[in-house]
Amino acid sequence: MTATEVAVRTYKPHARPAWRRALLTRETAIVVILVLVVVVSLATVPNFDSPLTATYLLRDVAPILLIALPMTLIIVTEEIDLSVASIVGLASVVTGLLTQAGLPFPLAALAAVLVGTLAGAFNGFLVTVVGLPSLAVTIGTLALFRGIAVGLLGTTAITDFPESWTDLAKANIPGTPIPVVMILFAILAVVFAVLLHFTPYGRSLYAIGLNKDAAAFSGIDVARTKFQLFVLSGAVSGFAGVYFTLLYSNARGDNAMGMELQIIAAVLLGGVSIFGGRGALHGVIAGVLLIGTLGSALRLAGISSDIINVITGLLLIASVVSTSLLAWLQTRRFGALSRRRRPGDDRRPQPAPQ
Amino acid sequence: MTTVTRPSAPGASSASRLMRHAATARETGILVALVLVIIAATLSNPNFLFSSDGFRDLLLTPSLLLLVAVGQAIVIITRNVDLSVGSIVGLTAYLTGTLFVDVSGIPIVVVFLAGVALGGLLGLVNGALVAFARVPALVITLGTMYVYRGINVAWTGSDRINASDMPGGFRGLGTDQVLGIPILTIIALVVLAGAAWYLRNLRSGRELYAIGSDPAAAHLCGLPMTRRIVAAFVVSGALSGLAGVLFAARYGTVSSGAGFGWELQAIGAAVIGGVAISGGVGTVRGAAIGAFLLLTINRALPILGIDDFWQRAVVGVLILGAIVLDRVLAVRQHRRLIAQREETR
Repeated sequence: MTATEVAVRTYKPHARPAWRRALLTRETAIVVILVLVVVVSLATVPNFDSPLTATYLLRDVAPILLIALPMTLIIVTEEIDLSVASIVGLASVVTGLLTQAGLPFPLAALAAVLVGTLAGAFNGFLVTVVGLPSLAVTIGTLALFRGIAVGLLGTTAITDFPESWTDLAKANIPGTPIPVVMILFAILAVVFAVLLHFTPYGRSLYAIGLNKDAAAFSGIDVARTKFQLFVLSGAVSGFAGVYFTLLYSNARGDNAMGMELQIIAAVLLGGVSIFGGRGALHGVIAGVLLIGTLGSALRLAGISSDIINVITGLLLIASVVSTSLLAWLQTRRFGALSRRRRPGDDRRPQPAPQ
Repeated sequence: MTTVTRPSAPGASSASRLMRHAATARETGILVALVLVIIAATLSNPNFLFSSDGFRDLLLTPSLLLLVAVGQAIVIITRNVDLSVGSIVGLTAYLTGTLFVDVSGIPIVVVFLAGVALGGLLGLVNGALVAFARVPALVITLGTMYVYRGINVAWTGSDRINASDMPGGFRGLGTDQVLGIPILTIIALVVLAGAAWYLRNLRSGRELYAIGSDPAAAHLCGLPMTRRIVAAFVVSGALSGLAGVLFAARYGTVSSGAGFGWELQAIGAAVIGGVAISGGVGTVRGAAIGAFLLLTINRALPILGIDDFWQRAVVGVLILGAIVLDRVLAVRQHRRLIAQREETR
């Protein structure tokens, strides 16, 4: 076999037409699973087809959906932000305290978003300027931001918010069971999707995730880009904190505790690689909705939320293990030939013979 | 540059070298911080240290976290992380209580073995998934954290084990002392000494550092990476299992929330103690001092007149301070090595 033949053979999967390639991706699989889960739930779970179910489901996943957008971008650049849920808690406390102090609600909310943005900038500073690993930094700020939130308010809760605003957080788009907040999410999702998938900026994020040295040599300001992403993540988390506070009319230091793990689980389930450089927003949105829908349907079917946690965990493990299993099977099938990897191809260390 | 190349002064005893090593060691800083916290709290309220209860609590409370943090440190040294330790503590604590309720007259040794075995088994699942599927430990143990905790809550339900369900001899382990030192602390220190000796002196222990510093190089050197990484997770799980058994002995009451949030405390203890999250650096001794510092601060804050609500914030500052310090030291050493190279040219 000549060298050209080898090349042709190795590149064969990419010779498929675009629509067939799109059908074979991980993201499509998640979307298909989501649709299946929705259809099966509608057919079998009593009360799942009630519009109220959809409303509650969308309200509850809205903060996760919002924060998953910047989180996707961050993980694509091979970083992580574990402090998002603590920023939600902090923003919630700031909203509550300022409203209690008599500030008009819009100003209090604005201040909370600003605090979130500053918190994100602090993460970004430590990661990009000081040069620390984001996992360690955001484990630290996870404790720090949560500590400030809990320290400011103790175990008390502020529950008095202007009704016009709490009603807005709970309101639906007239004539539909869809909460108003979904309009905002839709706008943000489109902005993020265009940014990530259709602009040079988006390509540069993948480039950073694939190889940050190469990205830097090709003229991308890696540090500044990452800094911006952490700031963005903080701002969106701050906004999610305001929404969370209004939705439950409740500002507490321990609001949204543990949500960071739900968000990361959903993003990874949606096909974003923790190694960076791979993933798409529609997969992530489907991932968040999949976990939310499964939880909602199982709860309605009378299954306890503990089992739902087990299922979430198993889904996450299965989705990552299946990817490497498929990669391993492919190496097996193509034999020695495909082990000679193409440049820029999957950089994951393949299971090597030991 | 001088510190590295300086020949030891003639007649320098090993004692003075030991002194100099102790003064520059990474762990010394946080040990000093720990001592300062204890002194400050004792000055505000002498009962913090000098009442018999105070001294006992000072040793007892961090001992459980110490066990988990030692396991976590071993895993982090191999450039992995174990988020499922808190869930493992919860599961084994409940298993311990259940064994005493369901099997009357079960020997205490058997309960210990069962707890450690269950913990080790759960760790084996983590390790196998991480090592064979070549998936980052962060993702796998995030998944198993949910799964183990979910199994725990589903198994426990609203049930809880009470002190009266467990024999007095077992409960005594959690509170009794030998020569003024709680038995729990002695167990924790023995485990710590064993782990420290293993990591320092045995070939397989050193290989954990090699794997963590540079996985690719370790692989090329032919180190048995899969086996070592699986072993690190098994050790982490088994130590969390041991901590779960001792949790039941110490607190008497076990509900489904046992060990909740311990994963972040354990990672925090290790990071504060100088174990680099990027692998290959650190000692279990440091992680142990980190565990002591975390929980001692927690007890000291109310005595110093600060709401203990601020404890998390202090922990956050400590973690950030520790990693910034590591970074500064690394940069300084890098510069020194470059300067040294220029000199010898």
